[in-house]
Amino acid sequence: MGLVDKGRLPAPLTKLFNLSRSYSLWVYQWGLACCAIEMGAAFGSPRYDVMRLGVIPLPASPRQADFVCVSGTVTDKMAPAVKRLWEQMPEPKYAISMGSCANCGGPYWDSYSVTKGVDQIIPIDVYVPGCPPRPEALLEGIVLLQQRIKNEDMAAKWRGDEFTTLQRTRAMEAGEVDREGELISDTRSISDEPMPEVAAAHPEPIVVGGGPIE
Amino acid sequence: MTLTDRQQLSYIASQAADARLNVELETEGMTLNIGPQHPATHGTLRIIARLDGEQVVWAEPVAGYMHRGYEKLTEVRTFPQVTSLINRIDWLGSFANEVPFILAAEKLMEIEAPPRAQVIRTILFELSRIANVSLFLGDLGVQMGAITPVFLAFRDREYILNLIEGATGGRFHPNFDRIGGLKDDLPKGWIQETKGAVKKLEEFCDTIDDLLFGNEIFQSRMRGIGVIPADIAKDYGLSGANARASGIDWDLRRDQDLPLSYDLADWKVWTHPDGDSWARCWIRLQETRESCKIVGQLLDQIPAGPVMTKVPRIIKVPEGEAWVATENPLGEMGYYVVSKGDLGPFRVKIRSASFNNISIVPWALKGVYVPDIITILASLYFILGDIDR
Repeated sequence: MGLVDKGRLPAPLTKLFNLSRSYSLWVYQWGLACCAIEMGAAFGSPRYDVMRLGVIPLPASPRQADFVCVSGTVTDKMAPAVKRLWEQMPEPKYAISMGSCANCGGPYWDSYSVTKGVDQIIPIDVYVPGCPPRPEALLEGIVLLQQRIKNEDMAAKWRGDEFTTLQRTRAMEAGEVDREGELISDTRSISDEPMPEVAAAHPEPIVVGGGPIE
Repeated sequence: MTLTDRQQLSYIASQAADARLNVELETEGMTLNIGPQHPATHGTLRIIARLDGEQVVWAEPVAGYMHRGYEKLTEVRTFPQVTSLINRIDWLGSFANEVPFILAAEKLMEIEAPPRAQVIRTILFELSRIANVSLFLGDLGVQMGAITPVFLAFRDREYILNLIEGATGGRFHPNFDRIGGLKDDLPKGWIQETKGAVKKLEEFCDTIDDLLFGNEIFQSRMRGIGVIPADIAKDYGLSGANARASGIDWDLRRDQDLPLSYDLADWKVWTHPDGDSWARCWIRLQETRESCKIVGQLLDQIPAGPVMTKVPRIIKVPEGEAWVATENPLGEMGYYVVSKGDLGPFRVKIRSASFNNISIVPWALKGVYVPDIITILASLYFILGDIDR
């Protein structure tokens, strides 16, 4: 991937790479609670059969995985392990949070030992709500993640600055960056307006069956 | 290669193995950490094992990675809200968790569900047991190195989940049991559909019996591994299939008088004298068959009538204490409910089967070899939500 490291790829090549990346996703199953069984039904059962979407649910270790599916209640005792798992995964990496517990604490919102949302520990790309979500909902979450990967700027993702094509387009529409992704700052540098914050820390998360989280 | 050749070869191989064992090996001590996330732990159990060479010298389970504070949470919920919470203790057989708590609350209020509700409760209880144990039987194959059974289990488990969803509206966590009866009556055509599904699950049991329990490799990995004698099982408080596999003839469905309709059906409590991993798994297979039998017989005996007695709209349970335990898929599960006459319970002590079942892990793992750790853990069969609550 020397081409990607050096700089920007030609658009057709990016498209090709993104297409192939999105259809060979190796998922690490971080099954914790009830949702793990529904995740097992989505990934391991003949009825839902996730492999037809190009997702391979078999890696034995997080080091071989493209995205992690955190499904179930994350407790404060478990949280360091989740964090460590996330750090072991190679870039580019994505995360799906499955179930109400992993999203926000769910039915244990007032519990003393439950982490209220795995997004406090790792950045989440797709939230799948439900308690537990049906396997179909998880499959839709995966399809939405694939759409995100298809629209991504690979070089930026590789550099790790999380500046995706989606946000670039939005920034271009707002007149904050030019076509090359550089900040338009020649006039703004002498004005009193504050600098626009273009590169977000992380792309906006997707919520299955809903809009982005505010 | 003729048969005699093969016999000779295996004889030479066994001699060589013996010779190697007779040489005093220099072994090294080592600490092996299994988990907290490992397929054999059914969730997030961590096991620390100290090894001498390949033998376990000392092992200890570290529970608490799934502790969600149930007993504290029940103190701030009302009685109907607790039901939706305790669904998630043993997540494979959710409906079975609700029944003892509801029975305890009914005992305090001195009411009883109508006969129709009792029979439907028993049917749903047994269906959730089938859903639970069928996944165990599939998962057992994965842990022993066979992938196929788990696909079969997930395929056939869907029939049961569809039925539970059809009757209760919840595929996984029904939250269907109410104090004084059930939320709804059964939908039209449900009984007929259940009969078909139960037949399919009986076929699934036969397939697993042939595919897994008839397999020579599976047998040689299971038989004689992790033997638990009856007195040790009693000392550690094992219950359910783990106790029955050690020859303890004890089943709360039969041995206590609860407002559930097990006496309407003709069924058998299986026991096994061996107490090894094989016996524990075999008992569970037989129990699934018995559950299919119970459901099949009860479907023809559902009496007519209402499914709910008269209860006040806002439920206040009178002051008192009650203990009700039932035979859940994993063993004895009981609730000790203390009420002070408020909307919610004052204190709920949950006795879950898995917590006691894993307390034997340090005893059972002492002296075994590393591959047998997984066999013993798989056959003890625990669910992490049930251990940690």
